[in-house]
Amino acid sequence: MVNETLFVQLLDLACGGLLLTAVLVLWRRELVVIIHVFAVQGAALAALVGVLAVHEDSIELGAVAAGVLVLRAGVLPYLLRRALASAGEARRETRPLVNVAASLLTAAVLTLLAYAVSRPLVELAPSGLMSPATQAIPIGLTVVLIGFFVLVTRRRALSQLVGFLLMDNGITAVGFLTTSGVGLIVELGVSLDVLLAVLVLQILTARMRETFGDTDLDELRELRD
Amino acid sequence: MITLLAPIIVPVLGALGYVVAGWRRSTAWVSAGSAVLVLATAIATALDVARSGPRTAIAGLLRVDALSAFMLIVIGAVALLATIATPAFLRAEITAGRATARTATRHSVLVQLFLAAMALAVLAANLGVVWVAIEATTIVTAFLVGQRRTRAAVEAAWKYVVICSAGIALALLGTIVLNYAASRAPGGAVGLDLAALAANASMLDSGVTRIAVVLLILGFGTKAGLAPLHAWLPDAHSQAPAPVSALMSGVLLSVAFYAILRVKVIADGALGTGFARTALAVMAIASLLVAASLLLAQRDYKRMLAYSSIEHLGLVALGAAIGGPLALAAVLLHILGHGLAKGVLFLGAGRILQVTGTSRIGDDQGGVRGLAARHPVLAGCVGVGVLALIGLPPFSLFASELGIARAGFAAGMGWVTAAALILVLVIAAVLVGHTSRMLLGTPPDGPGAATTTRHLPWPTAIALVGGLLACATLGVTAGPLSSLLHLAADTLVGAR
Repeated sequence: MVNETLFVQLLDLACGGLLLTAVLVLWRRELVVIIHVFAVQGAALAALVGVLAVHEDSIELGAVAAGVLVLRAGVLPYLLRRALASAGEARRETRPLVNVAASLLTAAVLTLLAYAVSRPLVELAPSGLMSPATQAIPIGLTVVLIGFFVLVTRRRALSQLVGFLLMDNGITAVGFLTTSGVGLIVELGVSLDVLLAVLVLQILTARMRETFGDTDLDELRELRD
Repeated sequence: MITLLAPIIVPVLGALGYVVAGWRRSTAWVSAGSAVLVLATAIATALDVARSGPRTAIAGLLRVDALSAFMLIVIGAVALLATIATPAFLRAEITAGRATARTATRHSVLVQLFLAAMALAVLAANLGVVWVAIEATTIVTAFLVGQRRTRAAVEAAWKYVVICSAGIALALLGTIVLNYAASRAPGGAVGLDLAALAANASMLDSGVTRIAVVLLILGFGTKAGLAPLHAWLPDAHSQAPAPVSALMSGVLLSVAFYAILRVKVIADGALGTGFARTALAVMAIASLLVAASLLLAQRDYKRMLAYSSIEHLGLVALGAAIGGPLALAAVLLHILGHGLAKGVLFLGAGRILQVTGTSRIGDDQGGVRGLAARHPVLAGCVGVGVLALIGLPPFSLFASELGIARAGFAAGMGWVTAAALILVLVIAAVLVGHTSRMLLGTPPDGPGAATTTRHLPWPTAIALVGGLLACATLGVTAGPLSSLLHLAADTLVGAR
């Protein structure tokens, strides 16, 4: 319990960082930049958890914040960069299904949608207090929706991977903002699953490059009905 | 305690064994042995639960009730069919140069881990652990789907991992939201323990629980192959090696649906039966429509079987939507019957692919035609399997479809049930048409692209005939299983 206003400001800053980086992923085309932005988002997420840890005086939560920082700002971006380095050319998202202007408009609509959908969540704030953490839940949900949008509208395998990870960052943010831990075993299991899923997808991108020569998902048209 | 842990530990030990010793003549039957042990402990657990009620293990992390025990039996039974046919399948792949001993080793390790993950999913007491186990099945099966490393196989694996991971991420969000509702419930935090959630469901905030239930049903529905997020299923099931397709279609879909059944108990308690019923009925009819429309012009028999799985999971979802002890017992019987019949059919389809070298249904340009003349036993098993699949008596799918339909009309869901039945009839006609073109008629001239001997290996024959016999026996009399079925159905209704 340091200073309530400072806590709220820091929390809002971290959440703003989450949202801004999600929108930047929609905006930029160069995959290198997208991966950088993704790493910044991981750091913002870790900062969010860190602020909550200081506010609640919880050493355990502080350790979780460190873990989030290592995994989401370190390991995952590293894996993505390695996948990109072996890609050679093909470093730009050349033809997304939806152009940038429309994507940004969609992001605005998705934000409104997230706020509308998550009203019951915000209203269930603990003990009638307007808790600043609970009020930020819609931001986490927005990041999930933007991640899903990236996943379905991008054609490069790597951009789809980033979309999946954006979804995951958003879900993690919602998990911490509801300030009700799901238990250590579950959290470890979830982190391990995400890490393994990314490893599997990374190996699959390498195999796709072996068999297709590129990882533009337009090439994926063998299986159709 | 030991019987509770065994279905998870035995396959893990099996996987370790394959890592150490590799796949060879002396270890080829280890996976079948592990499946036998899983089935045996499942039966022992079921007897135990029927006698003395649910039990827990490892500090309440694992919990087995009649439903979990029944799902364990399904896993064990289909795994037994698939692993009996595996050594002959792998040997034929190696002879044909499509696999090496290393591929076979990796295949066996991953299949064992796959079994362990599914057993964990049905035994876990905590919704979060159920989620972790189901996502783990995606990870271990990804390389099994892509095992052949062809363009199509890699593409199928990519779609499988991306769509299933994104879908299951929705279920994770739902789990977190449900946990939030539980932590704010009056009378203290409930946590994510399934039994506690079901018992205290009426205390959960309805607005928040509604969001959670939609996310959970959509998310686990992706993995169960229900529309709208079903697009991965035909690709993955048609590209995976036959024993893996049998496992994925026969049990993995049902294990994911098991999670939905658990969620539905909580939803019914918190929101009344109407909410989950509407969601499931919509997904069920959508799945049946997708299956019917894409089966009509289907050219590939493995994809045909995959769409038929979407159909059957749609029926299962319809039964769950209807609810009530009669419908739920029929749903569980349908899960077992479909697992056996579809397991047999995918194993048979894998064998057809090996002896003919094509996965196309026969037409003027080629494909599989006149199979009955050259491979009578195989063709007979596949033909009878399709008859079982479309729900002809004496097979158990007849009894379960009848049960679901009767419960549907009794529960006032007559229109939905009637629409579903019409779609099922259309699909049955299409399946019989496609299959008869494969089995009957004159075989194409010349040896074709045959890559293996004409003989049906005896273990494969045992698996095919045994699976069909089990399915038929279940249809005539569920025997001692029927009391387990009703106990399991009661755990799904009793909490109301």
